[in-house]
Amino acid sequence: MGKDISSRYAALCETAQAACDTLGLSSKIIIQVGSATCENAAGATEVWKEFERNIRTSGREDIQLHHVGCTGRCSREPIVGVLMPDKMPVLYQKVTRDIAHEIFTRHIQGGEVVAGAALEKSAAPMQRQVILCEARHCGNTSCSDLGDWFREEMEKAGVDEDAVALTQAGGMGFCTMRKNTGTNCILVRPENVIYFIKDRADVERIAREHLAGGRIVDSLRCKEESISVRFFDRYGDVAFFNQQNRIALRNAGIVDPESIHEYIRYHGFSALAQALAKGDPDWVIDEITKSKLRGRGGGGYPTGLKWKAGRENTETTRYLICNADEGDPGAFMDRSMLESDPFSVIEGMLIGGYAIGASRGFFYVRAEYPLAIRRIENALAACRENGLLGDNILGSGFSMDLEIRLGAGAFVCGEETALIHSIEGERGQPRIRPPYPTDSGLWGKPTVINNVETFANVPAILVYGSDWFRTMGLENSGGTKVFALAGKVNHTGLVEVPMGTSLRQVVYNIGGGVPKKKTLKAVQTGGPAGGVIPEEFLDTPIDFDTLGKLGSIMGSGGMIVLDEDDCMVDVAKFFMAFCQDESCGKCTPCREGTKRMLEILERITEGKGEPADLEKLERLADLVKKSSLCGLGRAAPNPVLSTLKYFRHEYEAHVLEKKCPAHKCKALVHYEIIPEKCVGCTMCARNCPVGCIAGARKENHVIDQSRCIKCGRCFEVCRFDAVARQ
Amino acid sequence: MMPVTTATNNREEVRRRSIEALTPEIVAYIETCAQDAHASSHLIGVLHKVQAHFGYLGREQMDAVAQLLQVPASKVTGVATFYHFFRLEPRGRFVINVCLGTACYVKGAERVADRLCEELGIHFGETTRDGLFSLEGTRCLGTCGLAPVIMIEDRIFGDMTPDQVPALLEKHVLQAQREDRQNGD
Ligand SMILES: Cc1cc2nc3c(=O)[nH]c(=O)nc-3n(C[C@H](O)[C@H](O)[C@H](O)COP(=O)(O)O)c2cc1C
Ligand code: FES
Repeated sequence: MGKDISSRYAALCETAQAACDTLGLSSKIIIQVGSATCENAAGATEVWKEFERNIRTSGREDIQLHHVGCTGRCSREPIVGVLMPDKMPVLYQKVTRDIAHEIFTRHIQGGEVVAGAALEKSAAPMQRQVILCEARHCGNTSCSDLGDWFREEMEKAGVDEDAVALTQAGGMGFCTMRKNTGTNCILVRPENVIYFIKDRADVERIAREHLAGGRIVDSLRCKEESISVRFFDRYGDVAFFNQQNRIALRNAGIVDPESIHEYIRYHGFSALAQALAKGDPDWVIDEITKSKLRGRGGGGYPTGLKWKAGRENTETTRYLICNADEGDPGAFMDRSMLESDPFSVIEGMLIGGYAIGASRGFFYVRAEYPLAIRRIENALAACRENGLLGDNILGSGFSMDLEIRLGAGAFVCGEETALIHSIEGERGQPRIRPPYPTDSGLWGKPTVINNVETFANVPAILVYGSDWFRTMGLENSGGTKVFALAGKVNHTGLVEVPMGTSLRQVVYNIGGGVPKKKTLKAVQTGGPAGGVIPEEFLDTPIDFDTLGKLGSIMGSGGMIVLDEDDCMVDVAKFFMAFCQDESCGKCTPCREGTKRMLEILERITEGKGEPADLEKLERLADLVKKSSLCGLGRAAPNPVLSTLKYFRHEYEAHVLEKKCPAHKCKALVHYEIIPEKCVGCTMCARNCPVGCIAGARKENHVIDQSRCIKCGRCFEVCRFDAVARQ
Repeated sequence: MMPVTTATNNREEVRRRSIEALTPEIVAYIETCAQDAHASSHLIGVLHKVQAHFGYLGREQMDAVAQLLQVPASKVTGVATFYHFFRLEPRGRFVINVCLGTACYVKGAERVADRLCEELGIHFGETTRDGLFSLEGTRCLGTCGLAPVIMIEDRIFGDMTPDQVPALLEKHVLQAQREDRQNGD
């Protein structure tokens, strides 16, 4: 049987390779254009059309236009990549129709990179790049030593300094193949060769033979393919990306999310084939347990344990659910994963289904994600056509089918028991646990629910081994976590880093810090169920337990950077308004408690707060936390408690001094024009939306306080700093 | 003796009326769902289809769904009112969704929202008198990297500032006029 499965899988690989060859994916010039909700919003569809037109009119047949998902570099989209055989890939940012035309004529036809549009100005005139892996668990030689060795040896070998860039990467995951410790891995682009380096002599040889002579040093070369080599090959010169470690997002921005052939060509479904060929579900569960994979949906429950509980149930009709409800307002990891690489999630689900013995599985997806839904539908159909879904998968005797069920905009439906009710076609209200879904879930049967990202990690664990996955994270928590970095940060987008990476590294090294030279006040993690982490704790290693200790949670991966202009009371109010609105109303503490807390917060931000309010708030928060029915209510006080813990002085300023230190709460701000500074340029008067500023040209202007709506326009537009804000 | 009530078997008529209230595609979809052992679990999916076609869930359509899927009308109403995504009222020609998620909020979505209310002269949840625009708030469109974001129909506009609002609305007014003219020809 195992043999039959392998040969069927081999046949699939052959077909996939042939299909990709016909497209010319390895022989032609590839123009890759991002296509995901965010890319399209930024104008990727127009860019695609422009390239299409250019290719058509040029009559060239050696150019292939190629869709990829989203790499997660949101603020620079649409992103276009030009991949020419034997050349470094070049990426372009914020491409418009005009830039697309320029890329086509100057770069593709003329061979000259359009430097002005290069992604993060990455496309320096270098011909080669050496990327050194800086992962914590990597070899013995520290990266800075290795860097020095390279610099010195390159000089000795007479390599032109400008032609070769040396980059230190966050961690390339090449250690998957490094059986013997004490070696360092490097990647050389554009040849895309991984070398294992033991000592300085190796560095000398690589510098002399490869970097100066252009000949690959075969004896030092690693022959296997690592998990992130394709990602680094394409994006390795961009600082935002080369500090990351892409496991769950391994194919995002690389494969066409609508092509099963491309997924298979990069070893897609090999983990499933391997598991089925082994024929031992317990082996799968064992591997997942050893990998220390913890649920990425927020709870952090060990996935292996959950699967074991599902499998050990005596009831044999079992179900599997992928939670793609992504309710945290400010998180978009799951959307991006489903839009950019739906097959990985499907493969993870099939492996999960096999492990627990389920024959029917569900995708529960938010209705707000139409493109993700379409991509999953397309992927499921392709899997069915190729014998990877339905009866007797790959001839193994294992059968499983997956279907999509839509959410309808209720945050609480992310909670597992509410989600189950929603799939059953009911109002999405949670119920008391236990019994846990693994005992009694969908239609009363044992049900395993996991998050999108949890499933996306599963195939990688089986292919590269639980040891590798475990060593990447912390003692109790293996692997990486994807964060949706947004808010007051220069580089917004998706960031995947090993567990244990510090917040500072994410916000500053990858995110590029806070824009406009403002100071960072806090980082909000975990969405409405989480809390704020002030600047002084930014060096905390990120993990479920560490963030929990700080009074926040890891959550599903939303990470919002807040700066000096953000009022912490207002932030708490924002999340409380959210929870109050989303409370399903079933239990009293959550229904009434969130409402009363919101009222208090509203009072405080309106300048009507009293000193006793703070204690009331704390007492109420504690009560709601302890007595609510489900996770929504139990976590709803977190934003209040954590802001009170770290920013009590801001609350006190609102209550005692009736001041909002961040000048955010409208009722507590006051605008006035300083007569000495006003030159009478009329700028403020012309911009005031309610026309409450009076004054003739070249004369002092005055704000009519009774009509002022405190929108702050005058403050922003005045070029003479003549508007005072208090 | 017990009084005898004449059997009122109007099943066929109710069924016919229910089918008329929906479209043939939706009826066909309900029929496939009805084959599932857990037919009523497809209720939310069916309501999505109804709303996609009619723009909202009318009483007549909800009753029809209840009848054809064989679930109580009270359950249909219960589900339709529980989930934010479902609307029980018709809306304007262009639905403007303002993202009120965290990322958008900290990047100034409120000010964009204020400006929209001001320009349109309506509040959230309302429709302009000419039936052209409805204004709604939504929770995270998943494009937080472009915050603040608004969505008009299914097009997303990122990095919005209050000052961009008038021109954007104007563009849609012109689009509507153009479409009307074309349809009038
Ligand atoms: C109010 C609430 C909302 C939740 N929302 C989500 C969500 O959007 N996505 C998700 O994967 N898990 C969410 N969860 C967690 C799930 O209940 C569940 O723990 C998770 O899907 C299990 O998968 P995992 O073990 O892979 O993390 C939420 C929990 C609560 C209490
Ligand atoms: S918060 Fe607005 S798109 Fe996510």
